[in-house]
Amino acid sequence: MKTLALNILDIVQNSIRAKADKISISITESVKEDLFRIIIEDNGNGIPEEILKNVSDPFITTRTRRRMGLGIPLLKYHAEITGGRIEIFSEEKKGTRVIAVFSKKHIDRQPLGDIAGVIRILIASNPGIEFLYSHQTDSGIYSFSTKETKEVLETDDLTCQTLLQDIVDMINGNLTEINVSGLDIKEKAI
Amino acid sequence: MSKIATLADLKKRREEMKTGLDIRTKALDPESIVQVKVSMATCGIASGAKTIMEFFLEQLDRRNVAAVVTQTGCMGYCYAEPTIEVKLPGQDPVVFGYVDLKRADQIIEKYIKTGELVDGIIPVNYQIIDLKE
Repeated sequence: MKTLALNILDIVQNSIRAKADKISISITESVKEDLFRIIIEDNGNGIPEEILKNVSDPFITTRTRRRMGLGIPLLKYHAEITGGRIEIFSEEKKGTRVIAVFSKKHIDRQPLGDIAGVIRILIASNPGIEFLYSHQTDSGIYSFSTKETKEVLETDDLTCQTLLQDIVDMINGNLTEINVSGLDIKEKAI
Repeated sequence: MSKIATLADLKKRREEMKTGLDIRTKALDPESIVQVKVSMATCGIASGAKTIMEFFLEQLDRRNVAAVVTQTGCMGYCYAEPTIEVKLPGQDPVVFGYVDLKRADQIIEKYIKTGELVDGIIPVNYQIIDLKE
C-alpha cells in the first residue's frame, strides 16, 4: 500500500463485508495543527466485543478463506510511524467507526493518492451502497454524496463509465481547489 | 469540454451526452453478459488491483464489450495477486492470476473476445486452506 487512498479502499471492504448500506469517508487535514485524520464510518453489522479487543492482531479475522487479515494492522502501522494512532468504535448491529490520525508533516506519512479513483471503484462495484465523502482542509471543505448525485441527476444508476469518469474529474477538480495535495500519485500494477 | 465543478454541471453534461447511449443499459441480465470480478482484499490492493480494475472498467467500455466489472473479497490466491475471475455467458468462471496490464489486455482481446485461453489460469481444483480440513 503506497498511498492512503489504497488503505481507505481496503478498510471500506470491511464495511462492505459487514453489509453496510451507508458508508462515509471523511478526511480532515490541517497544516496549522499538523493533522491528517481519516474517519470511516458505516452502518454495518459491527464487530463483536471479543474480536474488537484484538482487532489489530493480524491473526484475528472473521474470514474463512485465509486465517489472517492485514487491513487494520497495516493502517495502524502507517498511522503509528508518523506518531499517530487508530481508534475503532463499534456496536453490534449498529455500525463501526474507524479513526486514523496521522501527522500531516511527518516524512513517513503516505501521500493521499488517487482518492477519486477509489470512489469510482466503490461506486462501480457497489451500486446499492450510499457513499459519502468529505474532505476538509485549511482552505475549505468539499463533500460528495452518491445519494445527492443520484437525486440531482434523477437516475438510480451511476455505474455508466462516462459518468463515473466525469465524477472523478469533478472530485479531483474540487479537491485541487481546496489545496489537497498528493492526488496525482498513481500506483502501478506489479 | 467545459470543466465540471458541481453536480449541476454534471447534470448539464449528462443531458448533452444523452445520445451516446451506454451499451450496458441494454443488457440488464448479468447472466447474459461478461462478468469480471477483481479480487480486492488487502493482498490484491497492495499488488495493484486498483489499477487493474480501472483498466477493465475503462477498456471494456471503450472496446464495446458488454460487461459488468465488480470487486470481490480475497479469493485465497494471495500469492498470485492481482487475481481476477472472468465469467463468459453460459460458461464456468475462470480465475486468472498475476494479472498485470499486459495480461489484462490479453484477457480482453483473446479470452473475452474469442474464448481463447491465455496464460496465468489458476486451476479450480487448487486447494485453499478451508477446504483442506
